Amino acid sequence: MNLAITVNGARHQVDARPETPLLYVLRDDLGLNGPKYGCGLGQCGACTVQLDGKAIFSCVTPVGAVGDRPVRTVEGLGTSDRMSPLQQAFLDEQAAQCGYCIAGMIMRAQALLDADPHPTEQKIRAHMQTNLCRCGTHMRILRAIRRVAGIASDGAAA
Amino acid sequence: MNATRRQLLAGGGLLVAFSMAGHGLAQLAGGGEGGAAPPPLRPDLPGSLKNHPVLDSWVHVPPEGRITVYSGKAELGQGIRTALLQVAAEELDVPPAAIDLVTADTARTPDEGLTAGSHSMQDGGTAILNACANVRMLLTRAAARRWGVEPERLATNGKAQVVAPDGRSLDYGALAAELSLHVEAIPNAPRRDPRHYRTLGRDLPRVDIPAKLTGGAAYVQDLRLPGMLHARVVRGPSYGTRLATPQIERARRMPGVVAVIQNGQFLAVVAEREWLAIQAMRVAQDSDYIRDKPPLPVDDGPHRLEKLPAREISVLNTHDGAREVWKTVRGSFSRPWYSHGSIGPSCAVALAEGGGLTLWSHSQGVFDMHRAVAELVGLPPEKVRCIHTPSAGCYGQNGADDVTAEAGLIAMALPGRPIRLQWMREQEFGWEPCGCGMVTRVEAAIGPDKRIAHWNYEVWSNSHNNRPVGAGGYAVAQEIRPGFPAPEPKPIPMPEGDGDRNANPLYVFPNMNVRYHFVPKMPLRVSALRSLGAHLNIFTIESVLDELALAGGVDPLAFRLAHMQDARARAVMIEATTRFGWKTRPRGDGRRGCGMAFARYKNIGAYCAIAMEIEVERETGAIIVHRVQAAVDAGQPASPDGIRNQVEGGILQSLSWATREAVTYDATRRTSFDWGSYPILRFEEVPGSIAVHVMDRPGDPFLGAGETAQGPTSAALANAIADATGARLRDMPLTPAVVKAAIGV
Repeated sequence: MNLAITVNGARHQVDARPETPLLYVLRDDLGLNGPKYGCGLGQCGACTVQLDGKAIFSCVTPVGAVGDRPVRTVEGLGTSDRMSPLQQAFLDEQAAQCGYCIAGMIMRAQALLDADPHPTEQKIRAHMQTNLCRCGTHMRILRAIRRVAGIASDGAAA
Repeated sequence: MNATRRQLLAGGGLLVAFSMAGHGLAQLAGGGEGGAAPPPLRPDLPGSLKNHPVLDSWVHVPPEGRITVYSGKAELGQGIRTALLQVAAEELDVPPAAIDLVTADTARTPDEGLTAGSHSMQDGGTAILNACANVRMLLTRAAARRWGVEPERLATNGKAQVVAPDGRSLDYGALAAELSLHVEAIPNAPRRDPRHYRTLGRDLPRVDIPAKLTGGAAYVQDLRLPGMLHARVVRGPSYGTRLATPQIERARRMPGVVAVIQNGQFLAVVAEREWLAIQAMRVAQDSDYIRDKPPLPVDDGPHRLEKLPAREISVLNTHDGAREVWKTVRGSFSRPWYSHGSIGPSCAVALAEGGGLTLWSHSQGVFDMHRAVAELVGLPPEKVRCIHTPSAGCYGQNGADDVTAEAGLIAMALPGRPIRLQWMREQEFGWEPCGCGMVTRVEAAIGPDKRIAHWNYEVWSNSHNNRPVGAGGYAVAQEIRPGFPAPEPKPIPMPEGDGDRNANPLYVFPNMNVRYHFVPKMPLRVSALRSLGAHLNIFTIESVLDELALAGGVDPLAFRLAHMQDARARAVMIEATTRFGWKTRPRGDGRRGCGMAFARYKNIGAYCAIAMEIEVERETGAIIVHRVQAAVDAGQPASPDGIRNQVEGGILQSLSWATREAVTYDATRRTSFDWGSYPILRFEEVPGSIAVHVMDRPGDPFLGAGETAQGPTSAALANAIADATGARLRDMPLTPAVVKAAIGV
């Protein structure tokens, strides 16, 4: 059936059953690469996108539940030529190894920064807790987020 | 013919000398994992140039436009693409942006065996370094001929030009047009002076990162070919099981399902869209399962290995005369089976067309793969092309090889349609080969001089090298009919080793007896996981060193230095501990504590020393890591920041292994199937800070650094816990429950 969703500012008609996870609509109908299949269970965050500003797991969000609320993926932030401040901070910190988790990390962090432009270190860590990275890029991801949040120090002692 | 060519090039006597040196000292391609790289044609040449001595295998300089460099090594997320670009740019003396780098494609690049074992810089980087130096030498000589001057008077300027003292210049392209690169390298082409390096040793931003930050097509998962279909395999919950009554017909009738592939027990559904394929898989899997292999070792975990038949391998047996024994330390150490835990489940795309098969795979071994998959599907190897395409980090043999073989089988049944197969999360956990569970036992003593008097060491392990080199290496090979038997597991010989990797201490101890009990029978399906047996061997050695130092009342750093003669090993230990503030560190007080550890990976790779400060939350047993300081010597660094990134990652991954990871199972199946049942380190648990110092070693040979932190980190953690609490923990994972029990609260 036909559904209308708004992704990265553009309205799209997609032919999908409402129970289809948003992830597959984004990847397979709209051809986006940012949201990744990691677990399909809402446990790893590789599929994280913003829905109405909040970070959500697109792998467990039925497309039918999206309604009129805007969806934003990492493609909606910036391009490799014109990166958003957060993408640029990830680049400056070289905050990726394999990078499979990174689009989800960026979208989760962006949701925090949208709601609170100057979060504390503790708040950043708590907010990012849901997203997994197996390469162990956490310290650089935290540095990139701090850079945008305007926290200078390299991690308060835990 | 090869012998004749070698004799012509090297001369008989020299050839013999190289062969003998090569036998004793040669490192095995890919750390000894997988199949051998092609036989060396020119043992006198450095790195993989031995196997591929002709320059145009590595470098193409067109009359106009960009230079192409070819490598058989693959980008696994470790940043090798950028590091190799830096190497090539430096020795060609061109900007990195002027080079296209083609990697690991069986139709285009040299076969360099596996991308594994921290060999990519040592073998692949060294080959490109010297191939590019050869090319620059030939271009310079061509300019010298053109101008009628001595080549020694000419230079290159970093802009793909040869320049004369009078200011004249010639572009590489113009010079290359009159030059054939279809010639063999010489071993001693003049290299660029490290004092004048323009690219090597600089923190060049990784070239693959921008696409990964912006939703570019960066992974095999993102490959979308015209007419592509989506497949899912239909399976029992884990390796060693099969479905009792798979619902094949129900799946076949679902709208959008194009085919159900059935070959023996191998089942796959193929659909027009990915979500449809997943739904069809779920319908088809609506069945109980049957275990068709021996039960899993529920009672004794890795200690089961000690009870299984073993092949005895003597690693070291030295006799230096009996020394007086003052204090003795005994202990058994273990680690459980680990999951690779790739964030992206394995994925491949396959296309059977025109009598051939093309595979896009994130396997670490595309060269083995094109031969092994050819055998599996019944094609000659030259009809199977395998193109490495990046994916989520694998850290060893995850599902990458299996999923590609399976995609190949499905594609052969549906010629003309590209097939994208991705495993589900639970299939990755259930079917990938695990990292080996292992056990060690040590009995060691110090004399009244507070130096080690003797060292008795045993290690039990399965093979860490079950990478497919023939069709039988794939799990699917025992599901299809007719099938292929799984090959006999083999150990990797020293100096690389597998279960005994790093069981030979780099320290100088007298009276060493080190034995490897190689256990062929595998309770769980296992293969390579980052650092192989080095992780537990270093954990054990470095834990026992701290115990002996404590017994002798000697500072752990001083005790190590007293037994270490290798100057570079001493240098990293001193560098890490000085930066850490070892002398003024807080002493163990029941909660806080500090620990250090050291290893040189395989005793032939990078050197790494780690110091860390931790706190044990006595009420819960939780371990908080406050700060970690590492020092790494990887020879000439290509990109120091690339090494820092790898080592930071290794530290965090090793902390995760040591504190919380273990594959769980009941007698019939693995019960770790998601991130709830296989937890890994998350943001609130990572250290307060990690600092990695990369030693500057201008012009020194490259030493692979990707696995060097795995052993020292886990060991430094155990040493810090012992310092903090007095409790020596020997069996990983060191979970809060284990810590609490050990400190008796």
